[in-house]
Amino acid sequence: MTLAPVRPAAPTAAPSTRERPLGGTLVEQFELGLDAPICLTWELTYACNLECAHCLSSSGRRDPRELTTEQAEAVIDELQRMQVFYVNVGGGEPTIRPDFWHLLQYAVDHQVGVKFSTNGVRLTPENARLLASPAFGGYVDVQISLDGATAEVNDHVRGPGSYDTALTALANLQDAGFTDAKISVVCTRENIGQLDEFKALADRFGATLRLTRLRPSGRGADVWDELHPLPHQQRELYDWLVAHGEDVLTGDSFFHLAAYGESLPGLNLCGAGRVVCLIDPVGDVYACPFAIHDEFLAGNLLADGGFQKVWQTSELFLGLRAPQTGGACASCQFYDTCRGGCMAAKFFTGLPLDGPDPECVQGYGEQALVALDAAGGRQVPASSQDHSKTAPTRNQPVMLTLGRRPDTLTLPSAPPVSACAESPLAGFVPPPPQQPLPQSIPHAEQ
Amino acid sequence: MLDEAWTLSPSVALRPEPFGALAYHFGNRKLTFLKRPELVAVVRALADHPDVRTTLEAVGVPEPQHAAYAGALRGLADSDMIRPRAQEAVA
Repeated sequence: MTLAPVRPAAPTAAPSTRERPLGGTLVEQFELGLDAPICLTWELTYACNLECAHCLSSSGRRDPRELTTEQAEAVIDELQRMQVFYVNVGGGEPTIRPDFWHLLQYAVDHQVGVKFSTNGVRLTPENARLLASPAFGGYVDVQISLDGATAEVNDHVRGPGSYDTALTALANLQDAGFTDAKISVVCTRENIGQLDEFKALADRFGATLRLTRLRPSGRGADVWDELHPLPHQQRELYDWLVAHGEDVLTGDSFFHLAAYGESLPGLNLCGAGRVVCLIDPVGDVYACPFAIHDEFLAGNLLADGGFQKVWQTSELFLGLRAPQTGGACASCQFYDTCRGGCMAAKFFTGLPLDGPDPECVQGYGEQALVALDAAGGRQVPASSQDHSKTAPTRNQPVMLTLGRRPDTLTLPSAPPVSACAESPLAGFVPPPPQQPLPQSIPHAEQ
Repeated sequence: MLDEAWTLSPSVALRPEPFGALAYHFGNRKLTFLKRPELVAVVRALADHPDVRTTLEAVGVPEPQHAAYAGALRGLADSDMIRPRAQEAVA
């Protein structure tokens, strides 16, 4: 593994011997890292029935190297030993792994609670009853992804039918007596105006609303420019979050908005490699769920001696836990509140990691992006893995919008030819000759 | 509180961390951070002593700090991380 020059170098001391100041705030302690993550994300599979336009793990096809049931059980055993008390399980669509329900039970039986994210495709009435049953002892959380409060807005990015699937799943959970499901929304330019509608939807299903940030990760890089909230929408979102406080979950997603003034509930720090990380379907360990890229790959739990070893000794993670300087942001008066924002958002938009977040509320990120464009264009890193389906299916979202023909367009000279005209020259009328063609070679000169 | 008998909740697990410990309650699923190693030692030792004051003395917390520790313990009691030991006190 090579370290990028933009990243701070790893300290040379081993973790057990490095000097660590005691006291200070909890955030200061978290920045120095923990012996085990507080909460980690585990993507169980890259396979997915959907093809969401903004999928941050570029999911679609199953990876043949996917961890087997036995390997997954061994990971759970290790998490239990490390006292990781709960994991966020995702994908891909985790519930389409044939051993999903088994692994869920195995985790709960080994004191590893699970919150899993799903599009709802397998949450049948029967499975909803299973989730509500004493078998899971209330130790499983279900999070249904929904990126629009209406089918129109949701299906535009998540694909046709996905809104109905999600709402059916929510209804099945409610009918089965499963309490407090989560509705998980990625905030976009198209749905910021629907925050009250999302809240009403959550209330209708006895669910809790969870809002998270759109990241330019995975396929999200392709649609970030057109989907990320506009500056005035960020303000709208911030005000809405402040007004709703702890009633709405955010996964500490919006700490970059803290520079508006008041901090939002949560940790308000980048936890990558310090208090969170990601295990991908093949056992690769990345610094955070939004950074599935070789640049943030700490190691592989099969090849590198287990998860604990990767977490505690990888060069990448030790570097992330070293004191950070703040770089270009250090002189900003808001640095202490936003801490420079999201590492993944910077990386995947081509910004330096020690500079402003692309959505910096002070506008420094936008300026940096404009400067990069002016200097010859942004160098956005190529993705290092992609499990997108190679051939689109009927579930693929079609992100086209209908609009008027621009007025500046010149009108065609003739109406279109009928679709049935078989002649290759249909509609072609040769221009009339200026003079009649000669019938024979003149011999006048003779 | 200083004269009462307390114990760590049976549903709570303590995970050692460089700054102290992370306490997780398997019942209400609350996560709390014990920011001082001394506080962790106190919480672990509560059950071995007749009351909180004796626990603090045994762990070596200076007397002037007892009130502050009692405050921290009350915070832990609010989320059921520690429980009064009244029932067992007679045993």
